[in-house]
Amino acid sequence: MNFVWTVAWRLLREGRFQTALILAGVSIGVGVIVYITAIVSGLQANIIERTLSTQAHVVLRPADLVNQAPLTVPGSVKLADIAKRTQRENTIANWGSIVARVRGTPNVSAVAAMASGPGVAQQGGVRKSIVLMGVDLDDYRQVVRLDNKLKAGRLLLPTGTALIGKELAADLGLQPGGRLRLQTATGGSQSMTVGAILDFGLKDLNKRWVLLPLREAQNLLGFQRDVTEIYIKSERLFEAESLAANLALATGLTADSWQTSNGQLVTALKSQSASSLMIRVFVTFAVALGIASVLVVSVVQRQREIGILRAMGTPASRILAVFLLQGGLVGLFGSLFGSLLGAAMSVGISRLALTEDGSPLFPVVLDGELFVTTALIATLVGVLAALLPALRAARLDPVEAIRG
Amino acid sequence: MAEIMTLDGVKKSYGGGKSPLVEVLHGIGLQLVEGEFAALLGPSGSGKSTLLNIMGLLETPTAGELHIAGTATAGLDDAARTALRNRYLGFVFQFHHLLPAFSALENVMMPLFAGQGRVTLQDRERAAMLLQRVGLAEHAAKRPVQLSGGQQQRVAIVRALMNRPRLVLADEPTGNLDTQTANEVFALLHELNREDGTTFLIVTHDQRLADGCPRQIRLLDGRLQPDGVVSPAPSASGR
Ligand SMILES: Nc1ncnc2c1ncn2[C@@H]1O[C@H](COP(=O)(O)OP(=O)(O)O)[C@@H](O)[C@H]1O
Ligand SMILES: [Mg+2]
Repeated sequence: MNFVWTVAWRLLREGRFQTALILAGVSIGVGVIVYITAIVSGLQANIIERTLSTQAHVVLRPADLVNQAPLTVPGSVKLADIAKRTQRENTIANWGSIVARVRGTPNVSAVAAMASGPGVAQQGGVRKSIVLMGVDLDDYRQVVRLDNKLKAGRLLLPTGTALIGKELAADLGLQPGGRLRLQTATGGSQSMTVGAILDFGLKDLNKRWVLLPLREAQNLLGFQRDVTEIYIKSERLFEAESLAANLALATGLTADSWQTSNGQLVTALKSQSASSLMIRVFVTFAVALGIASVLVVSVVQRQREIGILRAMGTPASRILAVFLLQGGLVGLFGSLFGSLLGAAMSVGISRLALTEDGSPLFPVVLDGELFVTTALIATLVGVLAALLPALRAARLDPVEAIRG
Repeated sequence: MAEIMTLDGVKKSYGGGKSPLVEVLHGIGLQLVEGEFAALLGPSGSGKSTLLNIMGLLETPTAGELHIAGTATAGLDDAARTALRNRYLGFVFQFHHLLPAFSALENVMMPLFAGQGRVTLQDRERAAMLLQRVGLAEHAAKRPVQLSGGQQQRVAIVRALMNRPRLVLADEPTGNLDTQTANEVFALLHELNREDGTTFLIVTHDQRLADGCPRQIRLLDGRLQPDGVVSPAPSASGR
């Protein structure tokens, strides 16, 4: 039986109403924090997932062609402003070795080469401007998920087939198995069979994107064996920027991470994270103040008992420890109740608030790590909040108590 | 015989600063010898509690010296004074001052628990034995509020004995008890003194109870009266 634990526990148990009050305060605070964290991270994960469902984490493109001043060395003083010149059709020629090299880079999980360019789709006298995207379907599907986008047909891409967006299919009155003609400005023209109809999630993409075998896209666009982009999926989503920087250095190509390509989204997510952090910090402060004020009252009320304990020969440090422990226990147990409360609230809202298609408006992410860190922080905050009351208790003059 | 406590020229003043400085004890010289059973008598306000608190290392004297079991106590920090108190001294207060959140048995163990930070099974057995000795064996698990005044004070007395102190300081231990119960409590203190040889200094202003004590120390207006001189205090000694 340990003195500090026993006395702390006994005082908490004895001060029923106060203990209940303080636990309720901590629970509500922690509940709000867990709820906000779960909702915000769920929302963000959902937005990022939606955004990235049609994008690669990193895209390599041919380096921009510029009129280089002869003396310009990277990192040196710029001697003249260099204007970009008109970018002629710029392609990656030796992509086979680049793809192999990129595949061997740490943190890269999939790579797909693509030859893309503008074109026209024609069917029954209707002409629509499109983007031709020549890919190796197996590689491409490793980078961009397609199975969840399939509306009709099969996800196969043999020679002579094209996969088209659902708006384009509607505009041209096409079903899987139907035929359309693809043409390009360089004079390429080829008749293809519709293999599948896809929903890319955005109307604009559904109007324009046409996936076709790489070889045929190269022929239509007149690239010979070249490609225009290399799509890369990263193992760690949020390290895409440094991966892009590394790849740019290693390949000499331009590398854009998804963060660069979606600058506004990233800014929005960051400010959302910042405001959720601010709410959490303020709630934590409020909880700490609550714990401190209830404990201060408790110290005043228990002045006599503390004095008796001191007169019995309890060292001041042990009294200090008793009250710090009370703070810690309140933080810990409050965070356990609060985690349950927050989890219940977030699951509740995700069940109640649904989008039109029945999926949750606020998808929640409840990971164990959140609960563990919350419990740790709450315990620590409890101990810190108890510091002032505990010091006060430890400094009490036992004589005052026993003379009373 | 060994001296357990020696006071030399102990003075205590209160106030100073804004409030007027009042000297409550004017140079107390006193020796307590091991095994003694002494009563400290004096009218209300004469400084008995102050003297006891100083002897119990709860207050520091303004001047003078205090030795406990040969150890000088001047200049010791709070931790050292607490340790000395815990090791050598037991306390009984006028109000039992039991902790309401703990059972009788736990209250008895408290001085040991507080000093060491933990208790063993043997300590628990000793506390139970002490309770049995004062006839409270079957009340061990009860909270103080469930006990009568006399029972509470008996718990408080054996609590003072838990650490096997050399000296027990009791400040009006019977002050709140009816005559019958007060007699029983005093008898118990006498018995504990005879059987264990523990030294007792007991504050009382009941002359009848003091008469049963081998030594009577009288305090009047902060000064000790020579042994044998009867205090002219107005308190009627009901004989
Ligand atoms: N903390 C204090 N501050 C000022 N005066 C005090 C304090 N404690 C006691 N006194 C005064 O000291 C005197 C002696 O008090 P006390 O030792 O309690 O007497 P007794 O126990 O003999 O009744 C009283 O006049 C009391 O008012
Ligand atoms: Mg008194």
